Amino acid sequence: MDKVTSILLVGVGGQGTILASKLFSEAMAEEGFDVKMSEIHGMSQRGGGVSTQIRYGKKVYSPIIGEGCADILVSMETAESARWLNYLKPDAKLIISDYRIYPPEVLSGREEYPQTTIEDLSKVADVTVVHAEKLALEAGSAKCMNIVLLGALVKGLGLENSVDWNGIIEKTVKPAFIEMNKKAFRLGVEAVS
Amino acid sequence: MKKLLTGNEAIARGFYEAGGKVASAYPGTPSTEILENISRYKDELYCEWAPNEKVAVETCIGASMAGARALAAMKHVGLNVAADPMFTFAYTGVNGGYVLVSADDPYMHSSQNEQDNRHYARAMKICMFEPSDSQEAKDMTMKAFEISEKYDLPVMLRTTTRVCHSKSLVEIGERVLPEMRPYVKNRMKYDAIPAISRLLHTKVEKRAKALAEYSESCEFNYAIDNGAKIGVVASGIAFQYAREAFGDSANYFKVGFSYPLPIESIRKFASSLDTLYVVEELDPFMEDQLKAAGIPCIGKKKLPIEGEFNPTLVRECLLGEKVEHLDVKTPLVGRAPTLCAGCPHRGMVLELGKVKDLIISGDIGCYALGGGEPYNAKDCTICMGASISMAHGMNKAFEQYGKDRKVVSIIGDSTFFHTGIVSLEGLVYNKGKALTIILDNRITGMTGHQDNPGSGYTLMGEPTADISIEAIVRAFGVKNIKVVNPLDLKECREALKWGFAQEETAVIITRYPCALKKYTQQDIDEFGKLSKCTVDQSKCIGCQACVRTGCPAILFDRKTNLANIDSIQCTGCEICKQVCAVGAIGK
Ligand SMILES: Cc1ncc(C[n+]2csc(CCOP(=O)(O)OP(=O)(O)O)c2C)c(N)n1
Repeated sequence: MDKVTSILLVGVGGQGTILASKLFSEAMAEEGFDVKMSEIHGMSQRGGGVSTQIRYGKKVYSPIIGEGCADILVSMETAESARWLNYLKPDAKLIISDYRIYPPEVLSGREEYPQTTIEDLSKVADVTVVHAEKLALEAGSAKCMNIVLLGALVKGLGLENSVDWNGIIEKTVKPAFIEMNKKAFRLGVEAVS
Repeated sequence: MKKLLTGNEAIARGFYEAGGKVASAYPGTPSTEILENISRYKDELYCEWAPNEKVAVETCIGASMAGARALAAMKHVGLNVAADPMFTFAYTGVNGGYVLVSADDPYMHSSQNEQDNRHYARAMKICMFEPSDSQEAKDMTMKAFEISEKYDLPVMLRTTTRVCHSKSLVEIGERVLPEMRPYVKNRMKYDAIPAISRLLHTKVEKRAKALAEYSESCEFNYAIDNGAKIGVVASGIAFQYAREAFGDSANYFKVGFSYPLPIESIRKFASSLDTLYVVEELDPFMEDQLKAAGIPCIGKKKLPIEGEFNPTLVRECLLGEKVEHLDVKTPLVGRAPTLCAGCPHRGMVLELGKVKDLIISGDIGCYALGGGEPYNAKDCTICMGASISMAHGMNKAFEQYGKDRKVVSIIGDSTFFHTGIVSLEGLVYNKGKALTIILDNRITGMTGHQDNPGSGYTLMGEPTADISIEAIVRAFGVKNIKVVNPLDLKECREALKWGFAQEETAVIITRYPCALKKYTQQDIDEFGKLSKCTVDQSKCIGCQACVRTGCPAILFDRKTNLANIDSIQCTGCEICKQVCAVGAIGK
């Protein structure tokens, strides 16, 4: 209980990274943990990367982590995961969506989209690939990819049974989308062994 | 009840609970959400976007003099703009409590420099609080109002990006609304003319002594004794980093009221230690003062003067620990921010980039993204409003040496209203010939769509006069004005040609709403709706002219050598359609 858990959630502007982080942080606060969450969204609306950090435990001082401190990384976009590796503990868990968003550098042909991210990382680290788009579509809409990955994060931390996640989704999501998000969450949980 | 709030939300809450009545600000990361959150309490108070930070500060000075509690908020560089009124307001002091929020941005996540505004508190001879989490952000905002009224001065609340944008738990309280303080005409206090200001300065120096005494007993300055021989003095977010790095192996002196410093309390704290570290981001603000007071300490000798800290950095610099991290080699891909799909700046920026030997004086706003590939449409940036005056100065310098160089400035609508307006006034008055281009996207885009004097709405959501840029420019006496649709490349190109040919001051105004803006009724009436573009792949020849518009909605498949358009991102601006030589892009 004294241990502080550090989570890094990364993606690209518009993927719902901040909403997923908010849901998780509020759930942890309700569980009685001290929680801090930090977001950098400088120019996210203009296609840049987004990262949020969540830390929870009995007492949390710093809202951000430095190099070598994250217990788990959730990457909503495949290649974005590579940008944050220095922030991970050597034995960190990585949950990576196979969903790709090509940056202008690639679209314009100036750079090549990395093809080997998952392969390279899997060689040395504990990587789970989540087919987030497929699962989100199965739940009802590609828009709930962030909730699929939230489910995956929760399972990755072993918190799937200790918190009433359905209740939290019911409280935060618009009524019309509750069932879809619950399903997305469940599919995310099931995607991690 | 506890809630997870960002530092900015907590400052807004603190203002509300402390009975704040008037708040004014100009947006700027990381401070913008303070006023956005204050506006949620608009039924019980007044708040506004000012055209710039100087005006925000002055509006709040008026509110304070009248007898209300007032708050002005800005990013660090905003205080440069507002420094003039603040330095003298520090002499007159307040009637209703006054809090000035300065939000600094170490590492320049979204800023043009990394200045440390704590120096301002010292230079203005006012006092300063530095919160290190959201609870403190709220508590200190409330305490600052009390101190402001007790010691009769504006109080600075200095935050940084990580305090502003991090969430932590905050105890929510009730609003307590103090009576309005009576307005009493008192020239000897409020009329800063030399004869009176000399007397006020004496008062300021006396007040500084009283504040130094208060600092020694302020509840936000305290020691944490872990029986260690190493001690750490820290303020703001750096305190949290230090606490995490050292744990119980150090004693701490937490500085929350950081100007004037509680020198004697720190001296006492230091007396039982072998080593004293000062952990502060940016300048050695506390370190220099401690050393001047004869308290030996280590700070910038081991910790960086640039950028942000984090717990790992503190551990490595001060404890000499090497923190291991996951070590894998895998390729990275760039993901630099770009002009959005459908951005109305794209047309003019593309055409500007094509003009040979043109010097483009840039400004601060989304169009600043036109500096890089594939646009190359910018030579320089300094600060808001400077594009026009800098272009003017260049033009005059070239003239002095008989050189014929084309110079233009580009500036957004919000930036024009901020300070560009006076730069243009100077250019017109002095018969400047540099071409001015005002890119009016009907909103303050870069900071996340705040209304401004040209957008037709107030912060409190009320419709208001939308001040016409064209009418202002005309009122300055400029005869050569062209208003163009920036989605039309030919119109942009011809306007530039026209502008460069003018013998007298000329101004081009582009007018089209930001692609991410929520349209107002007026926008719908004026600009209508666009339909999305598609590529007829049977006509596409793979020349990539569309790719070179830099639009992120254009996808180029290198296997088939054909272009495609992402229908989700496309807004139908048709810039790509206009550059397609074979007519492959349609609707
Ligand atoms: C003195 C100062 N205040 C605030 C800012 C923050 N800031 C940067 S860009 C910008 C808005 C620019 O809006 P506009 O000129 O309309 O251009 P747009 O982003 O819409 O293209 C602001 C407020 C700053 N950099 N400097």
